[in-house]
Amino acid sequence: MNDVSQFLKKFSLLFRRNRFRSELDEEMAFHREQAERELIASGLSPQAAHTTAMRQFGNPARVREHSHHAIAFRAETILRDLRFAIRQMRKNPGFALTAVFILALGIGVSLAIFSFVDAVLIRPLPFAQPNQLVFVTESAATIPRANLSRYDFDDWKRMNSTLSSFAAVGGTGFLLHQGSITEPVPAARVSDSFFRTLGVTMLLGRDFLPGEDQPGRAKIAILPWGTWQKRFGGRSNVIGQSVSLDGNAYTIVGVLPRDFSYFPRANAQFWIPLLDPLGGCETRRSCHNLDAVARLRDGVTLDAARKDMQNIAAQLERQYPDSNRNQGAFVASLREIFFGDMQPILFMLLAGSALLLLIACINVASLLLVRSESRRREIAVRGALGATPARVLAQFVIEALLLALAGSVAGALLCTAAVSVIKSLIPTTMVDNMPFFRYIGLNSHTIAVAAAIALAAACFLAAIPALLLSRLNLHNTLAEGGRTAAGSFWHRIGSTLVVAELTVAVVLLTSAGLLGRSFYNLLHVPLNFDPNHLASAFLMIPNGTFKTNAEAVALYQDVNRRLLALPGAQSVGITTDLPVQCNCDTDWIRIVGKPYNGTHNEVDERDVSPAYLPTLKASLIRGRLFTEDDTAAKPSVIVINQAFARKYFPGEDPIGQKIGDTSLTPTSIRTIIGIVGDVRESGLDNEIWPAEYQAIYQGTDNYFAVAVRASGDAAALLPSMVSALRAIGPNIGVYGEITMDDQINASQAAFLHRFATSVVAGFAVIALLLGVVGLYGVVAYSVSQRTREIGVRMALGAERRTIYSMVLRQAGLLTAIGIALGLACSIGASLALRSMLFGVAPWDALTLTAVAFLLAAASIVASFLPARRAASVNPTDALRAD
Amino acid sequence: MGKPDLLPGTLDMLVLKTITRAPLHGYGIAQSIKRMSDEVLTVEEGSLYPALQRLLLQGWVTAEWKMTETNRRARFYKLTAAGRKQLGIEVSEFEQVIAAISRVLAEQT
Repeated sequence: MNDVSQFLKKFSLLFRRNRFRSELDEEMAFHREQAERELIASGLSPQAAHTTAMRQFGNPARVREHSHHAIAFRAETILRDLRFAIRQMRKNPGFALTAVFILALGIGVSLAIFSFVDAVLIRPLPFAQPNQLVFVTESAATIPRANLSRYDFDDWKRMNSTLSSFAAVGGTGFLLHQGSITEPVPAARVSDSFFRTLGVTMLLGRDFLPGEDQPGRAKIAILPWGTWQKRFGGRSNVIGQSVSLDGNAYTIVGVLPRDFSYFPRANAQFWIPLLDPLGGCETRRSCHNLDAVARLRDGVTLDAARKDMQNIAAQLERQYPDSNRNQGAFVASLREIFFGDMQPILFMLLAGSALLLLIACINVASLLLVRSESRRREIAVRGALGATPARVLAQFVIEALLLALAGSVAGALLCTAAVSVIKSLIPTTMVDNMPFFRYIGLNSHTIAVAAAIALAAACFLAAIPALLLSRLNLHNTLAEGGRTAAGSFWHRIGSTLVVAELTVAVVLLTSAGLLGRSFYNLLHVPLNFDPNHLASAFLMIPNGTFKTNAEAVALYQDVNRRLLALPGAQSVGITTDLPVQCNCDTDWIRIVGKPYNGTHNEVDERDVSPAYLPTLKASLIRGRLFTEDDTAAKPSVIVINQAFARKYFPGEDPIGQKIGDTSLTPTSIRTIIGIVGDVRESGLDNEIWPAEYQAIYQGTDNYFAVAVRASGDAAALLPSMVSALRAIGPNIGVYGEITMDDQINASQAAFLHRFATSVVAGFAVIALLLGVVGLYGVVAYSVSQRTREIGVRMALGAERRTIYSMVLRQAGLLTAIGIALGLACSIGASLALRSMLFGVAPWDALTLTAVAFLLAAASIVASFLPARRAASVNPTDALRAD
Repeated sequence: MGKPDLLPGTLDMLVLKTITRAPLHGYGIAQSIKRMSDEVLTVEEGSLYPALQRLLLQGWVTAEWKMTETNRRARFYKLTAAGRKQLGIEVSEFEQVIAAISRVLAEQT
């Protein structure tokens, strides 16, 4: 009979199972009756005949099962095991939930980090044959990766033999005019073959044609996808439109695909050909402002290309000794340039997550072991009823698979959540510059890895009870109750692992605590001005707009007037730099009447309007602030901060003293009229420098910022501020509007600290959970192994209290060792973190104590359940059975 | 020492043989084999019924519920044409194996 009809028969029997079963029962009953009758006929009593017949027939259940097995699909047994496994899980929800949760943690974190690594390191760059692409630039004597000069680029292109394509790329900025918007935008300038070298096809329109990058050619531009969406609404008729950059009309000829990203110039909003040499720099061979990308010829290695370029550089060095002395070549793979910095961190994270996954699996295995210990009897009875070891093993394998599957699915969900949390921690500006971010999260790669992890975890988790079973002897199990050799071995491994987990948890918790306190301190660092209700924006006035000081002052006053007129604006100030930025825009000063030895006395210089310092609510210590009278017609005056007074006028009154530039040029001499409190000009974690505030009315500044104190919500004021400023004139660039609170929160120091704290805290929580579960597993296992011993003790008169303390003591020992080791290691770890700490010492007693207490409390919770189970052991049961 | 076990793989053949002449129920088949082998071979009931299911699935026997002489309901198994053919194949294979074993055992040592 062929397989198909067999299959069909099996299939039809599938639906008639009940009838099959009852028919079989009837057959077997008949068989037994006949045997019984014959025995009676041969002389046995009805009673004896009955029992003999029953015994002869054997186990009806076994017969039933084997018959069933003969006609059943193999899958049916698996289904039955699955149903049984699910029922078991439902009976022990605590175990199932904990196991799945722990697996989900380990798998979820690993998947999230893997997807990051995948997006950055594994996924090929969005170019044709990206392994052939290299980054080429010059190296200087002290800087291994410097820049390329335009003349050198032309020569390198002409003279090389290893590159099939070679294109330059540089950065620039324009003032964009679009409708009512005027704002400065970053852009990139490239050779005509740049996109061809990379192997990029335009989404719309065309690439630059050969020769279109030469000086004097037409002004054309290619848009990156982001600009096309944001500034041109993603409309398909954008090709041929023109856009005004720095007052010149550029025709849009193409749009880049969404995937395209040239990382070093990721923020470029327009891509234009090189065209005319950038004034000044690109007319000299000695000025370096470009980089280059190139494609290796087929069969040429990176090293060969590097040697080639280095030879050419050496040749040029001989040819042009003035400009090219010590200029060498730097060649690296493009991927290395894009992501090389991230590699070590990513690998570290990957290793950490693999470790986390392993620990999670071991934890769950330990939990499984505890459970299988308590099911030993069930297994033995099943064996006696006729189940083969293979069937029992199959049951365990199914359970492990079920756990692994549930854990993986939960882990995948957790991964998605984790990824969105990570993405929310990173400011949108950074995300925009990293388009590969789109690929982080669940995708085909991650799902494949998730499946692989699930399989591996299932094998691991199934192996544990399997190993236990292999040591199972039917007779022994039903009789024995003491600790097996395998049990002791596992106990030792488990304890060591728990101590390790607790140590890691302590280290991570202390680090998180210290970082958290640093972050808090950072945000509460004294600013010496009032950042609330403060709105700000930046203005860029094109060169040549005002030629005299009077015109500049007129503009400043116009700005003041328009902004003050806004409803909700209390006061308005103008400054060249807003506070909480950096110690930049500095000046070298020299004090009149004091000895000078030529050192560079560097101070922060800010040019401000009279109302600025009052708008900030900076405190005036001595003297006076600027007034509208302090114009260019009057003598130059400045206001200094306390740090300036302390450093350069210790013990004397600075009011009335004069300072100037390093050579005391007469026009630079200015008089100090007042001292203000130390407004934080620098970043949150920098020190406060001496600062001088000059009167902006006494100079001409094209780039400045406005600060408006609002009576209500500052953010609500921003749009009207921007439109009021734009209304001043069509050429005025207005950008970067933000409230002072947001600016402080987004500042680099704040961002770094927030990110580091969140990541470390996340890992710390996971480590704590794993450690706690691990501790529970070890203690519970030990209790289950010692049930008989506990029974004996209780029978001999030990109180419940004694049993409790016995178990808790064991747990406490492990915890104490873990905490002690952890505290020791965490001091080392926080010394390593020292650069990130702000206002806390690495050995901060408060944090360390708090962590120790937290861990002690957690471990008490973890060991409470097994302790209670131990104390509620019924001595008679423990002694009699198991 | 207990009775010798049935040679593995021969149960199907023996069952098919016993029902060649007339259909029998499960108990009858077991008794028949026992009797015909002079009580040497005993069929384990635990192996008989699964074997019968297998034979049914292969289509070598068919089953029918009928009344016995004692007015009890029992399931009678009947040999099919395909079963008869299978029996022939299995018997000839078995005889080949037996002959081969005999030759080895007959080897003068």
